[in-house]
Amino acid sequence: MNRTAAQVHGWLLLLPTAVLLAAFTHYPAGATLWHSFFSTPKPNRPAVFSGLDNYRAMAEDPVFWQSLANNLWFALGTIPVSIALALLMAIWINGRLRGRAFLRLAFFTPTVLPMIAVANIWLFFYTPQYGLLEQLTGLFGLPNHNWLGSNETALGCLIVVTVWKEAGFFMIFYLAALQAVSPNLYEAARIEGAGPWTIFRRITFPLLMPTTLFVLVNAVINSFRLVDHIVVMTRGGPDNATSLLLYYIYDVGFKFWDSAYAAALTMVLLVILGATAVLQFGFLEKRIHYR
Amino acid sequence: MSAISLRGVSKSWDSARAVNDVSFEAAAGRFVVLLGPSGCGKSTTLRLIAGLDDVSSGQVLIGGSDVTGLPPAQRGISMVFQSYALFPHLSVAENIVFGLKVRKIDAADRARRLARVADLLGLEKLLERKPSQLSGGQQQRVALGRAIIAEAPVCLMDEPLSNLDAQLRQEMRREIRALQRKLGITMVYVTHDQTEAMTMADQVILLRDGRIEQDGTPEELYNRPATAFTARFVGTPPMNVVSLPGHTKAGQLLGVRPEDIHIGAEGLAAEVESIEYLGADSIVACRAGAETLTVRVARAASYAAGTAVKLSWNPDATHAFDAATGLRCS
Ligand SMILES: Nc1ncnc2c1ncn2[C@@H]1O[C@H](COP(=O)(O)OP(=O)(O)OP(=O)(O)O)[C@@H](O)[C@H]1O
Ligand SMILES: [Mg+2]
Repeated sequence: MNRTAAQVHGWLLLLPTAVLLAAFTHYPAGATLWHSFFSTPKPNRPAVFSGLDNYRAMAEDPVFWQSLANNLWFALGTIPVSIALALLMAIWINGRLRGRAFLRLAFFTPTVLPMIAVANIWLFFYTPQYGLLEQLTGLFGLPNHNWLGSNETALGCLIVVTVWKEAGFFMIFYLAALQAVSPNLYEAARIEGAGPWTIFRRITFPLLMPTTLFVLVNAVINSFRLVDHIVVMTRGGPDNATSLLLYYIYDVGFKFWDSAYAAALTMVLLVILGATAVLQFGFLEKRIHYR
Repeated sequence: MSAISLRGVSKSWDSARAVNDVSFEAAAGRFVVLLGPSGCGKSTTLRLIAGLDDVSSGQVLIGGSDVTGLPPAQRGISMVFQSYALFPHLSVAENIVFGLKVRKIDAADRARRLARVADLLGLEKLLERKPSQLSGGQQQRVALGRAIIAEAPVCLMDEPLSNLDAQLRQEMRREIRALQRKLGITMVYVTHDQTEAMTMADQVILLRDGRIEQDGTPEELYNRPATAFTARFVGTPPMNVVSLPGHTKAGQLLGVRPEDIHIGAEGLAAEVESIEYLGADSIVACRAGAETLTVRVARAASYAAGTAVKLSWNPDATHAFDAATGLRCS
């Protein structure tokens, strides 16, 4: 009797979260999967079951493939750089006594700024002719270049903005982890004759692995869900050069109103994110857990 | 030649002077204990010897050569931290050979030395474990192993037993002392526990507010305390250092150990305040005027609180200290 009461109690405590999770995460995911097997409903024609038609169309959609490729390049360009930069900044700040609070704030600022504002600032940097970047390259006598307007550089420009924004955010986690490491460990290593590089390689870096995993998961997720910068800065252009997966979904869903195809695209995104999560938590976590 | 020698070493931080003009010599192969109350500068002194902090002034010599400006790794020392400072991501074996790997000792030599240390400390079965899977005493042994595998002539320890329970502490005291003798290393051992100091040390250096209060053998500190502070710090319970007009010269304090006081038919009139039963003996606290004296009596003492007693002692067993400076008279 008492046990039953306790169990009911437990479930009741879980209920609010469970309801929210089900209503806003699990149900939409399930519904999306369901809708992806139907045609898009039109005013004069309701949705009909179409099996894998949406997925077949996707396989033949060059914009989808380009968005996917763009997204992979984008992930490859942002994740390692922003993590490395975050680690570097954290170690640098951690070693300083003076100005630590100020530096931390300075590096963190990009993260607290609203993304639309950030995008607008960078838009100004990249503006052709009179943008900051143009003025700088102009000083060195380089020819004009439309950074966001040309196929070769547009994605790179977005990568730079994202790295700038994310590195400070990840740094906060690294900094917290570094501050939790007992200074005695470094001292013990120094007494054993370890130099700064050995200490980093054999002690600091391995001790930060749980943080790196956490940051990595976040970085991967972020790289697949970037949409606001693109909306403000390039709208996927030029010629889909900066169209990432989520932006393409947004385009398909809310510009072309092809909600069924958007649902199918969303499933692909979900599968990609799910697979990375399994890989990271299932595989990496086993190797780095020592506490 | 002394293994360690400090010459006028001081260390100041912006706010305070933690170590103030400390000089001492420690002969090779000796067990030296830095003793003192919390905040007296023991750890700081040890860190200055290790080179983890830089001296503000003075010189540190190890093995006869001046190491004042050298980094820790070049001083020929090893160190055990109070928190053990084991690397949590490395196995016991990796922790122990960490320094050998850093110093690029070849694998065969490493394995040989690891086997020897593991055997010495009884760690053979634990080599593959991570520090988090060890008990406090086992972690302590690993830290000890990491310190001795380098075969450095000097080993520094900062309160290495303070995280252990009383029983284990006693056991480890003996083990550390035996190990130090066996390996013939010079040990500098920090503790705030005077029992630990008295039982382990060849030489005790008692610190107070960053200065050396007394430097001598445990017997010297016990039998001839140089100051009233030393007298009050050493012994369980420590010496009674009291002002009893009529028993000493004016301006002096009387020092007498609890075991040298007898409760009898005549002497100083006092009243029993409390009794602490320790088994083999009891500590009786007696109030005489404004002072309280502790008296050690054999077995259980059958006095009720409030009993009037008479305290006497052999004049040869007393010590006299200057009331103003605390220094020993004669
Ligand atoms: N990094 C530091 N900065 C400023 N003051 C310090 C620093 N380290 C120690 N001190 C001060 O120096 C004095 C001596 O400190 P120390 O750690 O040597 O004491 P200790 O004898 O080891 O005490 P405990 O038994 O509590 O460990 C203390 O007053 C302490 O506040
Ligand atoms: Mg200390």
